[in-house]
Amino acid sequence: MIKRRALNIALGLSFAFGASGIAQAQEVYIPLVSKGFQHQFWQAVKAGANQAATDYKVKVTFEGPETEAMVDKQIDMLSAALAKKPQAIGFAALDSKAALPLLKKAQAAKIPVVAFDSGVDSDIPVTTATTDNKAAAALAADKMAELIGKEGEVAVVAHDQTSRTGIDRRDGFVDRMKSAYPKIKIVSIQYGAGDQLKSTEVTKSILQAYPKLKGAFGTNEGSAIGVLNGAREMKRKVVIVGFDSGKQQKDAIRDGQMAGAITQNPVGIGYKTVEAAVKALKGEKLPKIIDTGFYWYDKSNIADPKIAAVLYD
Amino acid sequence: MATTPNPQANLTMTSTPVSETGAGSLRDRLFHPSTRQKLLAFASLLALVVFFSIANDNFLQIDNLVSILQSTAVNGVLAIACTFVIITAGIDLSVGTMMTFCSVMAGVFLTYWGLPIYFGIFAAIFFGALCGWTSGMLIAKLKVPPFIATLGMMMLLKGLSLVISGTKPIYFNDTPSFPQISQESLIGDLIPALPIPNAVLILFLVAIAAGVVLNKTVFGRYTFALGSNEEALRLSGVKVDFWKVTVYTVSGAICGIAGLLIASRLNSAQPALGQGYELDAIAAVVIGGTSLSGGTGTILGTIIGAFIMSVLINGLRIMSVAQEWQTVVTGVIIILAVYMDILRRRRQ
Repeated sequence: MIKRRALNIALGLSFAFGASGIAQAQEVYIPLVSKGFQHQFWQAVKAGANQAATDYKVKVTFEGPETEAMVDKQIDMLSAALAKKPQAIGFAALDSKAALPLLKKAQAAKIPVVAFDSGVDSDIPVTTATTDNKAAAALAADKMAELIGKEGEVAVVAHDQTSRTGIDRRDGFVDRMKSAYPKIKIVSIQYGAGDQLKSTEVTKSILQAYPKLKGAFGTNEGSAIGVLNGAREMKRKVVIVGFDSGKQQKDAIRDGQMAGAITQNPVGIGYKTVEAAVKALKGEKLPKIIDTGFYWYDKSNIADPKIAAVLYD
Repeated sequence: MATTPNPQANLTMTSTPVSETGAGSLRDRLFHPSTRQKLLAFASLLALVVFFSIANDNFLQIDNLVSILQSTAVNGVLAIACTFVIITAGIDLSVGTMMTFCSVMAGVFLTYWGLPIYFGIFAAIFFGALCGWTSGMLIAKLKVPPFIATLGMMMLLKGLSLVISGTKPIYFNDTPSFPQISQESLIGDLIPALPIPNAVLILFLVAIAAGVVLNKTVFGRYTFALGSNEEALRLSGVKVDFWKVTVYTVSGAICGIAGLLIASRLNSAQPALGQGYELDAIAAVVIGGTSLSGGTGTILGTIIGAFIMSVLINGLRIMSVAQEWQTVVTGVIIILAVYMDILRRRRQ
């Protein structure tokens, strides 16, 4: 019986990934440990990393915890990645301080670390491949201003007040409005945790409180969908500017319910991370930050091949 | 189940010398059902280790084995906490967020109030016990079903952790000795080749203590009896409510230890963490052969269950198996383990 069970397990395992095989010793191997895995955004980062892996003939793997709260699970992933003796590693820290002992271990083992997305708060990474979120949100502010005639009341529904991306997108938008458009007033900044339902409720309360509101900015996919739903449920016509993509957001932009959105380049983030790791291994000098770019997209250019390539469903 | 005493439960329950001598020859002992279950679980663990060692050279390295041990510590301690409750035929969905709440409270004592480290350790265990006691009172006195009572506690504690910490992690930078609780290695100081972190040592200490309490004390015997036949226990004049509350309190205190381990490992109390960890803990308990219908269970089984889970996940990662498949395999293993257990019971 014991034998049979062991056999079952062994069979099951080899069945599930028999073909995936064992890394060859000579092959350059670069594991990416990300902040997430299931969201479409991370899948797009993964696609970019795989693309670079093919182009540079290296092997990459991509892993991330189920939620961005699971700091300890991410550390387990990083430590398993290091156990595989990789040549380089890509890492998007959920909590830089918690990961520091392992990063030091990587440094001691002379494994270059490339930070990506929101980066790692330490000088160990050789570079960081990320979106300039402040500049991206400033572009959202410019577009919003243009669409509402450079005056009136505007609100922000942000995804959180603690993460780097949350802070940068909020500040980038608010600072730009204050400095460039004195007639536009930001009447409310609220947080919906990037959760569609919470962001919907938040938006509805804002719309209730400000009957003259002209526009609203949602700082990530969940927030933008929330703003959209809130306005729809309250039957209010406001200019909605979003962030990132996703099927719902793209549909809303196509049928005009949403004015447009900023997209990061998740595919580019994944690609540049692997590319930077390869360059680091060759001993090339890398800039401190690699801007992976962002674009404004709306009804007019959503089908443009350059834009369509970085949007995800 | 509630009316007819479970024979298996009684076997495990009365671990007095009488039944031990009754086991007879070695052969009888080896094929004794509860021993066989442990052997089976242990054999599966061994089979996994052998499989991964053959599949990838990087698996059987000291560094990696130490990572496996370390990644088991928190789930192992939580699973021990769950074992007590599950043996009484209860369930505790709040262990994950309770752990988080305890680590936040340790943060409040150490970082916000600047108290010495012992106060932080005390706070975590005390608040764990307090939360467990609350769940116990809800279940025993107010007759709220365990599933609902602990579901409520799960949310309540998650919310409280966020409120108290202001939704930000609390770092233990002012208490440099705090990370040592789980990261330093006493074993490594003695045997430099084995840098097993203290978290693992604590896991085993908690396991041994829990095993002794469960098998050698009145409290342990009543824990099993609550699960196999609560009514009979009540009729024989035992203060059932009191012992039930005690079970949840002990379980809560153990969650407090898990809270210390995770906070010390991350050098911070992460308030948003915790949800989902209860399911990992329950899975470890179930893989270890403890029945959700109560009355049976062993700490050793639970520990083996926790190790099966972490060896599996680590091994699949080392083999670079795609993450979605890792989850699929874990699910299959859980179902398989429980099915084997059902087969064994049916044959009796």
